[in-house]
Parts: sequence; C-alpha cells; structure tokens
Amino acid sequence: MNMTLLRTSEAFNMDKTVVSQLSKEKVYETSQLNLWYGEKHALKNIELDIHQNEVTAIIGPSGCGKSTYLKTLNRMVELTPDVRTSGEIKYRNRNILDKSYKVEELRTQVGMVFQKPNPFPKSIYENVAYGPKIHGIRNKKVLDEVVEKSLRGAAIWDEVKDRLHDNAYGLSGGQQQRLCIARCLAIEPDVILMDEPTSALDPISTLKVEELVQQLKEHYSIIIVTHNMQQAARISDRTAFFLNGEVIEYNNTNTIFSRPSDQRTEDYISGRFG
Amino acid sequence: MRVQQAQYSIREMIQERKQKKRIQIERFIPSILSLTAAVSILTTLGIVFTLIFETITFFKEVSVSEFFTADKWYPFAEAASYGVMPLVLGTLKITMIAALVAVPIGLATAIYLSEYASEKTRRVIKPILEILAGVPTIVYGFFALTFVTPVLRSIFPSLEMFNALSPGLVVGIMITPMIASLSEDALVSVPRTMREGALALGSTKLEVTLKVVLPAAISGIVASIVLALSRAIGETMIVSVAGGSTPSLNMDVTTSIQTMTAYIVQVSTGDAGYGTTIYYSIYAVGMTLFLFTLVMNLLAQYISRKVREEY
Amino acid sequence: MKLIDKTIVAKKMPIRLVRNTILKGLFFLATTFGLLVLGILLYRIFAQGIGYLDWDFFQNFASRRPEEAGIKAALIGSIWLMIVVAPVALLLGLGTAIYLEEYAKKNWFTSFIKLNISNLAGVPSIIFGLLGLTIFVRALALDRSVLAAGLTMSLLVLPVIIVAAQEAIRSVPRELREASYGMGATKWQTIVRVVLPAAIPGILTGSILALSRAVGETAPLVVVGIPMFIAFLPKNVFDTFTVLPMQIYNWTSRPQEEFQSVAAAGILVLLFLLIFMNSIAVFIRNKFQKRY
Repeated sequence: MNMTLLRTSEAFNMDKTVVSQLSKEKVYETSQLNLWYGEKHALKNIELDIHQNEVTAIIGPSGCGKSTYLKTLNRMVELTPDVRTSGEIKYRNRNILDKSYKVEELRTQVGMVFQKPNPFPKSIYENVAYGPKIHGIRNKKVLDEVVEKSLRGAAIWDEVKDRLHDNAYGLSGGQQQRLCIARCLAIEPDVILMDEPTSALDPISTLKVEELVQQLKEHYSIIIVTHNMQQAARISDRTAFFLNGEVIEYNNTNTIFSRPSDQRTEDYISGRFG
Repeated sequence: MRVQQAQYSIREMIQERKQKKRIQIERFIPSILSLTAAVSILTTLGIVFTLIFETITFFKEVSVSEFFTADKWYPFAEAASYGVMPLVLGTLKITMIAALVAVPIGLATAIYLSEYASEKTRRVIKPILEILAGVPTIVYGFFALTFVTPVLRSIFPSLEMFNALSPGLVVGIMITPMIASLSEDALVSVPRTMREGALALGSTKLEVTLKVVLPAAISGIVASIVLALSRAIGETMIVSVAGGSTPSLNMDVTTSIQTMTAYIVQVSTGDAGYGTTIYYSIYAVGMTLFLFTLVMNLLAQYISRKVREEY
Repeated sequence: MKLIDKTIVAKKMPIRLVRNTILKGLFFLATTFGLLVLGILLYRIFAQGIGYLDWDFFQNFASRRPEEAGIKAALIGSIWLMIVVAPVALLLGLGTAIYLEEYAKKNWFTSFIKLNISNLAGVPSIIFGLLGLTIFVRALALDRSVLAAGLTMSLLVLPVIIVAAQEAIRSVPRELREASYGMGATKWQTIVRVVLPAAIPGILTGSILALSRAVGETAPLVVVGIPMFIAFLPKNVFDTFTVLPMQIYNWTSRPQEEFQSVAAAGILVLLFLLIFMNSIAVFIRNKFQKRY
C-alpha cells in the first residue's frame, strides 16, 4: 500500500515541476481578507492567489482557519450565523464579497466537495442530475449525457452504470464521495473546492480520490483543504500553510516541503505540533 | 482521461438560463411564509379579543363583584345569580382528584421506564401510553359514566349518579400518560455520569433514583405536572358526561357538580338564544378558564426553561 | 478509630436491597396500571358495542329507536371534516414550520411566534370552540357548516402540526443543505428539492396524528353548535353536518340503557378509524425512516 502511494507521489512530483514552470492565469486573488465569527478573529489579513488548472493545498492544524477560508471562497461561510468579513476576494476579477454578487451565481461556477460524503437521499442518477435541474435544464437527453459524463469524470461510472436508479446510500463511503464529486462536475464548474474530502475514507478509497484529483486539474482549478501533509505533498502544486488564522507560508509544494522558509512551517510539516 | 466529447456545454446552458426570474419570485417567499406563521398569532389574538369583548358585554349586565363574590351560579333561575366560584370549585375538585391519581402513577411509571425497565419493556409500554393519550375524551367520558361510576357506586352506595369522583379519576387516567412521558424525558436527560457516580459508592438503584436523579430532574417533573393539570382544568367531555350540572360550593365529591367547561357545554347544547346574558356568560367563564390555563402553561414553560439552563 | 463502622453498613445492606426490590415492584405495578385500564376500557366497549355493529349500523341515520340508530351521517361527516382540516392545517402548519426553521431570523418576533405556538398548544380545546363560534359561525356567517367546524379544528391542531414539521425539518442533516447550496441552488430550491423530500415522512406522521386528534375532538364542535341529530349528508362544505364524537356524545347522554350500547358501537367505529389512521402514520414512519 505504502509503496503504491510513494510511487504515485513520485510520478506526480515530476508532473508538478512541469506545471509550476508555466505561468498560469489567476482564478482567485485574495487581499486583506479578515473574518470574524462573532468576537473571534478567525482569518487575519489573508493574501493568497489561486492559479488556474492547479491543485492548491491548504494545510495547517485544526482550528487554523483553513476550512473557513475555503468556505469563504464560495461564501458558504455565510451559513454560519454572526459572520463578518472585510477585505477582498476577487474571483475572475470580480469581488465576491461584494453583497451585489449573487451567491447562487458564484456557487454555480465554484463547486464544492465536503468532508463527509453527503449524497442526497435520492437515486444515483438524481444526485448527479440535481445541479443541472436546479439550473433549469430539463431535457432528458441532455441530462442522461451529463450524468454519464460526470460519473465517468469522477471515475465511478463503471461501478454504478447498472444501478443508476438505486438509492445513493447503497454505495460505499468512497463511492459516495466520488458520486459527490460527479454531482459537482455535473454543473461544469470552473473551480472545485474540496474540504478534507478523504478524511472519512479508507486508504484505498483515498488513493482513488487522490488520483481523481490529479486527473481533474486538467479541466478544473482545485483547492483542497487537508490535515494530511503527505496528501498535500502527493497531489498539490502549491501549498499554503495556515496557523491561527494567518497564512504563514505559501509556495510551490516542493519548496514548502523541502525548504520551508518559516520555522513554524518546518515544525508543522516535521510533525512537531498539530 | 476518457471524458466523452461533450455535445452540450452545460456551463453555457446554465449561463443562458440565468435564474433572474426565479430569484425575483424567491424574494417574496419569506413574506408569504411569514403570513402563514402570522395565522398562529392571529389565532391567539382572536381568542384573546373574542373573550375580552364578549366578557365586557357580559359585565355590562352582570357586575364584576357579583361574578367573583356571589356564591351561587344559577343562570337559568328566575332570579339569576352569576357567581363563578361554584364552577371554579367544581373544576378544582376534578383537578385535585385527577392529580391524586395521575401524579403518583405517572411519576412511578416514569421512574420505572427510565431507571428500571429494559429496552424491550420500554418498547412495549411506551406505545401503550401513547394509545392511552390518544383515546378521545368522549370515549373516556363514556367509560366514566358506564363503568367507573357504577363500580364506585357498588362500593360507596351513597355516591350520586353524577359526581366529582368518577370523572376526576378518569381525568387522572387521561393525564397520566402525559406526566409519565414528560417526566421520563426529564429523568432520561439527567447525565449518566451522575448515576454512575452514586452507583459506584454502593448505592442501590432506588437510592440513586430518589436522592440523585429525581432532585436533578425536579424542574422538568414539576413542569410536566403543571402542564398535565392545566390539561385537566380544560378537560370538557369527561366532566360533561359524568360530572353532572349542579354547580355547588361544598367540598363533597360524591354529589353532582359542574365545572367551567361543563357549563359552556350545557349552554351550547341548550337553547339559550344569541345575545342573551346566558350566551355572554359562556365567554366570561371561558375567559376565567383561559386565564387559569394560561398562567399554568407559562409557569410550566418558566420552570422547564430553568431546567435547560442547569446542564 | 475508623470513622465508618463496617458492621453497621453490612447490617443495613439487606434492608436497603429489599427496599429497592419492593419499590421496583411498586413502580412496575404503576406502569401496568395504564395497560390494565386500556384493557378494561377496550373490553367493556367491545362487549357492549359489538352486538350493534352490523351493516345496518353503517347504513342508517340517527334514530329515536336504538335498534334503528345508525352512524352513517356521523361517519361521512367525520370524513368531510378531515377533507377541510387536512389541507388547511397542513398548509398553514408546514408554511409556519418552514418559515421558523429556514427563514426566521433570531429576533423578538420569532421568539414571540414560538412562545405563542407553545401557548396555543396549551389552550383548552373548548376555548377554540368559542373562537370558532364568534369568528367563523357568527362574524364570517359560515353558520354551523363543515367549513366553520373544519377551520376551527384546523386552528386547534395547527400547533401540533407546526411542532411535528419543525422537528422533521430540523432533523434533515445540515450536510444535505450545504451540498445543495454548494451547487448554486437557491434557498427555496434547496427547501423544495432537498429538505422537504427528506422531511416528508416525519411531517406526514405528525400530521396524521394531528388529524386523528381532530377526528376525536368533541368539545369545540359542541360550542360551535354542530347538531347531534341529523338525517342527511352534507353536499358541500357550506352544509351543516355531524361527526362521530358528537353522535357518540348524544347517544351517551340519553337515559335509555340501549343507547349506551349504541354509543359503544359508535365508539368502536371511531376507534377503528383512529387505529387505521395511526397505522398509516406508523407505516410511513417505519417505511421511510431514512438513515443519514
């Protein structure tokens, strides 16, 4: 098992050096972002740019604000009561924190995969068709095609093609998570946010999802929050290290893991805390 | 990666179908829903204003002091007398008897279910309690009149056909499940660690229950009793069928009585015309009844809110 | 010197254990009391009423002669009542529950509505009768119609439905809502397509139980003035009618012994109807119990 993981990670690393040489268009530009939960200052002066067709990993100990930052990128953070923000997050050159920015529009472009697989209590087909349907696409032929394409995209088509109309809860945890990725792909987002997508999965399912992430970046920009440093090292192009609501360091993944410039980063990745 | 060549770009299709119109409609939904929520407030206002206005009309014909101090409720007599005390006393008699039945039995049931019973027993008993709580009151009334009263009369021959004892007992049976299930909730919510602490010192289950669990759950239990007694005060059909229609100020439970609710029923089924003093009197009685239950409900809420603050 | 004399502790132990056992027995006896009462009640009613429960009983209208008395008008009337109460109460209850759980902000108005609903649940049913009499029967001039009675009953069971629907909506996991919002769904889309389908079994179960309460209630209808002796069926919601509990009340309060047996037969019909409704509720609860 470990051997496989190592080998894949080596392969990915080679890939990575090529990628980071290209200068990529920026998807998100965050500047001076602050966020408070009531009195608690959860994000402090965040400055972070996200690049197109890359996997950006966000690491850090629990409660460091990494999930909060991710959820700010599609404004899901607003579902928590008593949240205030200041500063700017530009998505494709428009400030999404501007109240006139429709969250529905934003979330149509920015898909999200959650920590725990959360399929709807509906059939596999209905789960994937949900997104297109709410956006007004009802043509059966189109929907069929979207469902197949998305399930293929999430590398789960072969496992479920004979039982598309079974309840999604019959799937294993790993399959459910890939179904959730397929559901997210169905609206053809631009960016995919992943909030510790493998934390509830077994090692084999984790590997499958990691491989999938690698394939997906060909078409999508991916931001992944993870508490698993090896995972960040294996799959990401860039890594940001968060601590106590601040970005301590943000750089190419290789640089972060081989020559971290901040002592705290080094302490964290060498397992001295967190 | 093998992604099928897309014939349709979903992203573009979604862009075309921008949901402007839908979001417009969506803005009105909270207002529409808040209108339905307002119905419950309107209901309360309706109740309060109905009672107040018609009661005021009643007090134009009958003095307030007569209503509260006169010792006779004889609305149908030639020289009518509207002293509400006999009706209140009738209601209190029923409530007291019901409490004597329901509090010990309901509490014992709650203790048994939460502290002693196995999961299996609970699964049998709880649905039975639910059924008992769901029996229509008219059925209980029938039961009181045709079974409980005759049985009691064979034991106490002096008992009248209509009396306070029989409906009181049956109202007690009716509210027992309520006390049992609400008190059980209060007992179950006492943290397990408190029980374990006492058991580890060598206490018997009974000692743990009486000295640790009951005191910890006391506000929840008291709230459940207050709520159940408020239900007893408002109970109508059992007392109408088996209690009689003779308002009186004595403390005897073996003779015919009349409760506030039973009086309202008597007038409603009788031929008192719209606009007569008798017609308005049911609102004054209703108002008295409403105030009684309102105070008890608020009291129960106050007590149970306190319990939530404790742990 | 030891502070605790072990011999005294040991001596007291058997008594404490015996006391524990005795009280446990008493608690158990109290618990079986309910079972006992239910048993007697059902047996009495069954023994008394079963003799009158024949086909004619369902075919006949009320009558002065016990052997000819039937339940037709009351049974059909109870169904009419349900036809009014079910949609009105469900619509209002569900709307209120959605508003409170999904839209309402935490402010004084919301907590006022909540306080109001829990108080409304504690108002005696006969008071709702006074409300119905004043507002629906007199002010809106609906007279003693199916509609007036149905609206009164709808308000009576409304708090029950609201609370049941609130609980059902609250039990839908947050993750499902987040998944839907995450795809760009609006709040209303999320409610209609994700929350309500997941909550519907709980809502239905609660509503059926509330409806069965409306079917068994007597007091508000007595006050509203629904007649107890009627020999025709309502043609629409503006006609007058009677219901099972009213008919049973009427028979119970007759002096003749035979009518008590007729009342028992009527109670059997009412209980069967309620058991039927409750079984549907239990069936829905078990069949659609979702595992999240």
